[in-house]
Amino acid sequence: MAQRAQPIITVLGISALGLILALILVPPITLLMVAKDGGLSPADWSAIRFTLLQATLSALISILLAIPVARALARRTFPGRGLLVALLGAPFLLPVIVAVIGLLIVWGRAGWISDLIGTPISIYGLGGVLLAHVFFNLPLVTRLLLQGWGQIPAEHFRLVSQLGFRPAQVFQHLEWPMLRSVLPGAFLLVFLLCTTSFAVALTLGGGPRATTIELAIYEAVRFSFDLSRAAILSLIQFAVCGVIAALSLLISLSTGFSNSNLISTSRWDARRRSQRTLDTISILLVTLFLLTPLLALVLRGLAGLGDLPPLGRAIMTSLMIALGSTAFTSLTALALAQWIDHMRAAKNQLAFLSEGVSLLTISTSPFVLGTGVFLLIRSVANPFDFALPVTALVNATVALPITLRVLLPALEQSRLTHGRLGESLSITGWTRFRLITWPTIRAPLGYAAGISAALSMGDLGVITLFAPPDMETLPLLMYRLMGSYQTQAAASVALILIVLTLALFWLFDRGGRLGHHT
Amino acid sequence: MKISLLFAAFATLSGAASAQTLTVYTYDSFVPDWGPGPAIEAAFEAECACDLVFVAAGDGAALLGRLQLEGQNTDADIVLGLDTSLIATARETGLFAPHTGVPDNLTLPIDWTDDTFLPFDWGYFAFVYDRTTVTLPPTSFTELLQSDYTLIIQDPRSSTPGLGLLMWVKHIYGDNATSVWQRLAPRIVTVTKGWSEAYGLFLEGEADFVLSYTTSPLYHQLAEQDDSKAAAIFSDGHYMQVEVAGILASTEQRDLADQFMAFISSPAFQREIPMSNWMYPVAQEGTNMPSAFADSLTGIEPLLFATDQVDSIREQALEEWRNALSQ
Repeated sequence: MAQRAQPIITVLGISALGLILALILVPPITLLMVAKDGGLSPADWSAIRFTLLQATLSALISILLAIPVARALARRTFPGRGLLVALLGAPFLLPVIVAVIGLLIVWGRAGWISDLIGTPISIYGLGGVLLAHVFFNLPLVTRLLLQGWGQIPAEHFRLVSQLGFRPAQVFQHLEWPMLRSVLPGAFLLVFLLCTTSFAVALTLGGGPRATTIELAIYEAVRFSFDLSRAAILSLIQFAVCGVIAALSLLISLSTGFSNSNLISTSRWDARRRSQRTLDTISILLVTLFLLTPLLALVLRGLAGLGDLPPLGRAIMTSLMIALGSTAFTSLTALALAQWIDHMRAAKNQLAFLSEGVSLLTISTSPFVLGTGVFLLIRSVANPFDFALPVTALVNATVALPITLRVLLPALEQSRLTHGRLGESLSITGWTRFRLITWPTIRAPLGYAAGISAALSMGDLGVITLFAPPDMETLPLLMYRLMGSYQTQAAASVALILIVLTLALFWLFDRGGRLGHHT
Repeated sequence: MKISLLFAAFATLSGAASAQTLTVYTYDSFVPDWGPGPAIEAAFEAECACDLVFVAAGDGAALLGRLQLEGQNTDADIVLGLDTSLIATARETGLFAPHTGVPDNLTLPIDWTDDTFLPFDWGYFAFVYDRTTVTLPPTSFTELLQSDYTLIIQDPRSSTPGLGLLMWVKHIYGDNATSVWQRLAPRIVTVTKGWSEAYGLFLEGEADFVLSYTTSPLYHQLAEQDDSKAAAIFSDGHYMQVEVAGILASTEQRDLADQFMAFISSPAFQREIPMSNWMYPVAQEGTNMPSAFADSLTGIEPLLFATDQVDSIREQALEEWRNALSQ
């Protein structure tokens, strides 16, 4: 009887898969067709070198700094610890351009640090790019490592303290093996995120010395109209991301979305004064590093709220993009996830598709996707007329793996707990979805939609390639204000953007759980 | 949705359905209230019984890039704001149609013979400094090279002054341009995407010199009564920038476009140039140009490559620049 549900699920699932594959694969094919023969200039090579260099350094620095912080959090309890751990999750939803402005107010040439030491420091270039990437990824790695520490059984720590191990020995025997299994994945994840982080390179990099591959693509399209070069660079970027994604297949890639194992363990070896000092300094420094830009933003932003440019249009555009992309992601992911779950239930080999699709999407640079679509549209119409839908579509693609990851376990749970009952009562099709599946997945779906909307709301990527000057999203408006040195106005817009982003996330997340009693 | 459709819709709603619309793509600083755009729009609309719409479409090369990306589908009837370094590239795109004739009242220091583009203002590139920080300014490009002053310049791929500097260096140093850039590189504080970022940074005291125009200090003198800024005048000459307008071949408003091209060299357009675009008018008569502008013209040797040479020189110069600065 339950077989009656299958055709719809399969048709929807295959359509979703086809849509996603088309979204991911057609742009590179377009690029291949546009790319003409032509070697890379020394400047292109320099962009490739810079991309790899900054991604490597960003990942290394993030990891090196995260180790002492995660260890401190893993073995200390103190007032505000929970808040700090929550703060570590915040950069994930924080729009990149917002963080960049906060960092500039603190670390820029007219910033707090410059004032403090009496000479202006310049962070434009490699320094600024690293600073922003560490700001975003240090918390991410810290959370990953914190989970790692949480997985070391507390008894092991009690055992080594009975054996009288010194901190160095504890590190060698308990912590290092854990780090060795977690760090490669963390490194690759940060490396991948930094390779495709366009907004940071656009705002803090630039100039021939600090140009990433994606920035070079942007310049080739917008400044030189060298579409062939843009296509070649896009293919290189595609290959770089592909290699990293393939590498991460070899080691299990953990993403730090989960909230499990973030607790602390009481440890005897941590009671030494030196260890106590080290932990205190680590926690204080990381708190300062993460909080000052946000504080700076609030202070500067509040002061400028009075004389803001009219924002109505930018807000509307941003909301339209965010809601459009969220709707697209949620529906596509739902169709795909139902199908995959169905196949899992039937022990179908095709069930591994979920991993494949996620991986393919993660390894695709959103900016390269956008460039491909741009070139594709250009052959039939004026691409500037399509800024909105294309941005929404690309943002949707980016959010897809996260949504799938959240939905699949929920669907599985629904099937395992209520599936048999549904079958015995012959509830199928839409009724089954409405009565059995929906109540179980609405909360996770709301959460995923919240993340998706927040990410899309704060995105400054493809839109820079497409947007005509008379079109604005909030992040784009902030970028333009920064360009004309109106930092105060940019900070005020940033505040509004943060509030709207968090409100969107909250609405979806809360909406999913409203009146929900399971 | 096509922008022109949108405008047409608005025009219909406001009861001006019969008026034709002329769409002019220009650079960002031309359009705002403090730019020359609004006054010029009012003056032209008074005589054309049409709707003139300025669209800010990016600076310099980005402006041309936008047109190339839009191709035949563009809404623009006219583009205003390319310059002499971009003319050849612009012509090669095949997007432009010849104008109906060069006006006879031009007062440019060079002869104008181009059959596609017409000049609307011009100026000399120069390094601007603050008299209080630089007391003995260099008197030639070579002296600037030998000094250890810091500079802010613009990216030649996105900004016409940035590109102008490339041509300037090429004009004076020819095949030695690469070594000039290598010597300058360590002293370049930053390369900005556009002129206004660079000038803003300079005003905040971030560098000794900024690449701008000989007319920039006049803005401070005349609009702000501030005498502290000056342009370093080089004995080896200053590269000229002539800003031009051209008609898109795809326009459906050819008559109106011709009328606007003729309007460009009239006093009603030209008199807005000195005090709101801070450049020299291309036809001085009837513009009431302040005497400070005329004074600033003395003692400057104009440098300019012939239009047909520019394209190959530009490609080479860009490559040299990118490679020297990406080291």
